[in-house]
Amino acid sequence: MTQPEREPSSVHRTIDAVWRLESPRIIAAVARLVNDLGLAEELAQDALVAALEQWPGSGVPDNPGAWLMVVAKRRAVDLIRRERRLERKIAELGHELETEGDDADLETALDPERIEDDLLRLVFTACHPVLSTPARVALTLRTLGGLTTDEIARAFLTSESTVAQRIVRAKRTLAQAGVPFEVPAGPERAARLASVLEVIYLIFNEGYAATAGDEWIRADLCREALRLGRVLAELAPEEAEVHGLVALMEIQASRMRARTGPSGEPVPLLEQDRGRWDRLLIHRGFASLLRARALGGPPGPYVLQAAIAACHAQAATAEDTDWVQIVGLYELLARTAPSPVVELNRAVAVGMAFGPERGLAIVDALVDEPSLKNYHLLPSVRGDLLARLGRTAEAAAEFTRAAALTRNAPERRLLHRRAAELAERPG
Amino acid sequence: MRFLMMTTDDGSPQEPPSERLEAEMGAFIAEMSKAGVLLATGGLEPGGTYITAKDGKITVTDGPFSESKETVVGFALVEVRSREEAIELSKRFWQIVGDGRGVIKQVFGPEDLPGQ
Repeated sequence: MTQPEREPSSVHRTIDAVWRLESPRIIAAVARLVNDLGLAEELAQDALVAALEQWPGSGVPDNPGAWLMVVAKRRAVDLIRRERRLERKIAELGHELETEGDDADLETALDPERIEDDLLRLVFTACHPVLSTPARVALTLRTLGGLTTDEIARAFLTSESTVAQRIVRAKRTLAQAGVPFEVPAGPERAARLASVLEVIYLIFNEGYAATAGDEWIRADLCREALRLGRVLAELAPEEAEVHGLVALMEIQASRMRARTGPSGEPVPLLEQDRGRWDRLLIHRGFASLLRARALGGPPGPYVLQAAIAACHAQAATAEDTDWVQIVGLYELLARTAPSPVVELNRAVAVGMAFGPERGLAIVDALVDEPSLKNYHLLPSVRGDLLARLGRTAEAAAEFTRAAALTRNAPERRLLHRRAAELAERPG
Repeated sequence: MRFLMMTTDDGSPQEPPSERLEAEMGAFIAEMSKAGVLLATGGLEPGGTYITAKDGKITVTDGPFSESKETVVGFALVEVRSREEAIELSKRFWQIVGDGRGVIKQVFGPEDLPGQ
């Protein structure tokens, strides 16, 4: 006989919701006290365990976030006192411990401005370059997203123990490297911010690319990245690239409903039903782009990519797309952040604005690019340009090559179909 | 998941919100934006225009309507991970506002519609 799986109690679901809303603030505030992100996360977890033990009996307190914060901070203060007592014994120092300082720390625990400072420190520390990229991603989702290791594992198609280990190791690395819990200043800040933005966009793309795995979990990952981006935009409103990244993600997410067909096959941008685009997200994307522009300065890579996305969003139909402007933006992007993928995209835009021949010239220069060797979009783009030039046999061969490279089954079928259609045509 | 959180009222005359309440509401809205959950928010006029379609005939009537028991006066569209999160946000709202009534409804996306 099988037992039906029991629904978690409503108190547990409430605790889960409160935890997700509050845990970043709690971890951040405690981390400032103990100057150690890993330890702060464990102390916050202790508070969660206390809630799980007490709330089902006592009921959920009126201000559950403050309750968790106080418990976590009290544990942090206890820990600090214990360590100081130990230090004092060792050093045989006679003077009294300044307990007032600790209590004052407790008082400032709920000071909103202080919390925002702490949150920004948390963002920079979790995305510290001393950590590997997967470690940064896992630690960010865990401490800033409030996700469980199981949720992170499912989103990244890996085992829970792998993620748990990754997080443990990341905390240890931060402690061993003596990474201070602070917001970097001066010339270091730009590089560190780039690392933060990279992590958030990577989380977004992991969901957006959907090369494999449960589609809805991956859509959640996109929303998680968007949420992190929106939070960061309020924490660091003076950074144009943060708004650029948010704009880019909002506009890309606006196409979520239109970008897959009924059998899960990807629908290319120009063939999407624009009526299915989410106008609210497009609007928000434009607003973020305007915030970025208002800050002035030369546009960075995220602002440029967002501006390209905005060009597409502005076109009522695919035919209305302002390709000349998009080419201009890709040229700027190729100068600020050159990469073979940017070149490939520029080739597509040039092909649309000035004809397939000129687009093909750019693609042909990329054919021997090692980093694109297994990138299915290279033969796919090349096939498209060749087909438009009437070189059908070559085009069909490119689509077949692209089909062999893609990991997405519906896309593979689509590419095979295009190859077959071209093969039937007289070339 | 998106939820539309609405505040309703029964149309009885109400005192305008105090300056303190308005300031607290502003802070709450800012906090929700900072938490990355607020997509849109707004207040609604008390009356409104009602449209009824019946047997191909469309009737347009201007408010206010004494017969309507409850009418939506304000809304916040939030993007959260669960209904419980929306409820938590709503609890905070009511802790600021005091007495009143509201309703939380999920806004369906493609992922929530069966057979799509």
